[in-house]
Amino acid sequence: MASPLSFFGGFKLTLAHLVRPTVTTSYPMSKRPKQPRQHGRHVLNRYEDGMEKCIGCELCAGVCPVNCIYVRGLDNPPDHPVSPGERYGYVYEINYLRCIHCDLCVEACPTQAITESKMFEFSFTNRADAIYTKAELLVDDQGFPQRLPWEDWREGEAAMTGGWMRATSPSGDASYEGVVQWAGDLGVGVRAPEAGQSDNRDDEATGSKQIRSVFPRHLEPQDVPLDLRGLAGAMNKARAKMARLRRSRS
Amino acid sequence: MSWLASVDPLFAHGVTWVVLLIVAIKVIAGFSMLMGGVILMIWFERKAISDMQSRIGPQRWGPFGLLQTLADGIKLILKEDLIPAEADRFVFKLAPYLVLLPALVTFAIIPIGGTLTIAGHPVMLQVVNPPMGILLMLAMSGISVYGVMLAGWASGSKYPLLSAVRASAQMISYEAALGMTIVTIVLATGSLSVHNIVAAQAGGIWHWNIIRLGFVPFAVFVIAITAELNRPPFDVVEAESELVGGFHTEYSSFRFAIFFLAEYMNTITMSAIIVTLFLGGPAGWIPNVSHLRWVFPIAWFLVKTVGFAFCYIWFRASLPRFRYDQLMDLGWKRLIPLSLGWMLIVAGFLVAKGWGFMMAAAVLLAWTVLSRAFDLGQTRESGVDAVLPVVGERPLPGQVLRSMTDEEEG
Repeated sequence: MASPLSFFGGFKLTLAHLVRPTVTTSYPMSKRPKQPRQHGRHVLNRYEDGMEKCIGCELCAGVCPVNCIYVRGLDNPPDHPVSPGERYGYVYEINYLRCIHCDLCVEACPTQAITESKMFEFSFTNRADAIYTKAELLVDDQGFPQRLPWEDWREGEAAMTGGWMRATSPSGDASYEGVVQWAGDLGVGVRAPEAGQSDNRDDEATGSKQIRSVFPRHLEPQDVPLDLRGLAGAMNKARAKMARLRRSRS
Repeated sequence: MSWLASVDPLFAHGVTWVVLLIVAIKVIAGFSMLMGGVILMIWFERKAISDMQSRIGPQRWGPFGLLQTLADGIKLILKEDLIPAEADRFVFKLAPYLVLLPALVTFAIIPIGGTLTIAGHPVMLQVVNPPMGILLMLAMSGISVYGVMLAGWASGSKYPLLSAVRASAQMISYEAALGMTIVTIVLATGSLSVHNIVAAQAGGIWHWNIIRLGFVPFAVFVIAITAELNRPPFDVVEAESELVGGFHTEYSSFRFAIFFLAEYMNTITMSAIIVTLFLGGPAGWIPNVSHLRWVFPIAWFLVKTVGFAFCYIWFRASLPRFRYDQLMDLGWKRLIPLSLGWMLIVAGFLVAKGWGFMMAAAVLLAWTVLSRAFDLGQTRESGVDAVLPVVGERPLPGQVLRSMTDEEEG
């Protein structure tokens, strides 16, 4: 039988919650940090010399499970080519009333032309606005996504486009994890890879944060991962921190 | 006019217009204090409970969301006032005021400070000090039951009706325990007047009723008053998961606002009553300063009252709602015998020490007999024959369930 004092356990718990930080935020004013691989609104990237990356191959349209992408390719004009190579994306449209942000288009793209930003808060007042054309999707002359009036852009949401692409190792081969296999982008250059499973992380360059290090204080004792519990957990955390410091110094 | 002077020293030199003015100011001050308190109380409850649930709570209106209650009130006033077709229109309109009025009147008897001298008149910081004192509070809480009951009945709808039945049964059950603890206090004080009850507790923490009468009356009183208020964990009357909104399901607009207001007024008033009856009211440490001595009793009173208001919120955040039969069990089988027994013990000790110990022994004996009777009653009413085993485990004809017969024997 439980001790009679265990009746007061609930009172203790609610009192403890009184001083804990809140898990909710005052949403429109401030937002919770977004995950590095968040799928948001697409962008069409350019090379560092300003050429468009899209070659009009329509693989994205083919792989799209909801048929929200419409692409038409055209031969590059010889005197002023739009993209390096033979063809370029002449028409590029995404219908955001259909898009489910699965990022299969990003995985299918052979030139990393289409990636996703972390901005997902955009709402339209008519259906025509929901269809983004190339004019809206293409990055601007500085290489940053265009900010349309109905979109709610915040700090850092434009910086880390294509997190999903940079997090996966090519062909799923573990030995290629963290190896750059993509061209540089206008404005930001070659983006750093995000290392996933091997703890070969470069968090400063990729802006990534593990979810369990973001809200550790809100985890209930039974939810804390086994290797982060108690004294051994404290030592593990210290060890990981030391390793990160050593890596950043070298 | 001598009886008037015995009620309140303010009337000692007859009733002049200055005296009437002071009385009017006291009434208005008490009313506005309660109204302002309600607004702050609702804000405080919402903020505290959201903190306990790791949320932010109201924050959009005014600093820290302080004006949220005001915004809600304006919203409610501007909403359409609906009266159901099946409702008894007169009673439906009357019921909210039957809840509101007792809530306002009860606060009037609470002394919130010492005695001041204004324009040569001694002024008690208490709106009114009737000779029947604390009985007024019992009477008023009795009337507010009518409000809840009539509101539920007049709605002409089934959930409010169920809620009304629950409300009347619950409040009657807990009023008995409540009354018994108040009798204990009145016995120890020798007066019904709230002013005298507070005066009897002056002179240090050891004279407070919570300690002087033993902790039991205090505990019983807090539990019973929480049930009287229909606050969690005793809020079966407005159990959202069972009865939609309870007795005020069919109410909208300002009539609903009145119920809401009255509920929080009662929370404040009952916190103040607990402080008055058990924690010495405005009693407390006063620094040795020449001016502003009268501020400290008020401050002490407010601190204690806010502390109890917080306790109610704390109960709400921590405790799940009682089932209706558990509620009745607690009221009739635990609190009423406990408060009655304790009252007898206190009465015995007031006569003489020997009587006190004899009473204690008698109460202990009665308690043993009573708990044995409860045990027997429990097995009788939900014994072997009454219990239907889980489907799939029902005994075949002629088969005897071993575990049950064992329990019956041993």
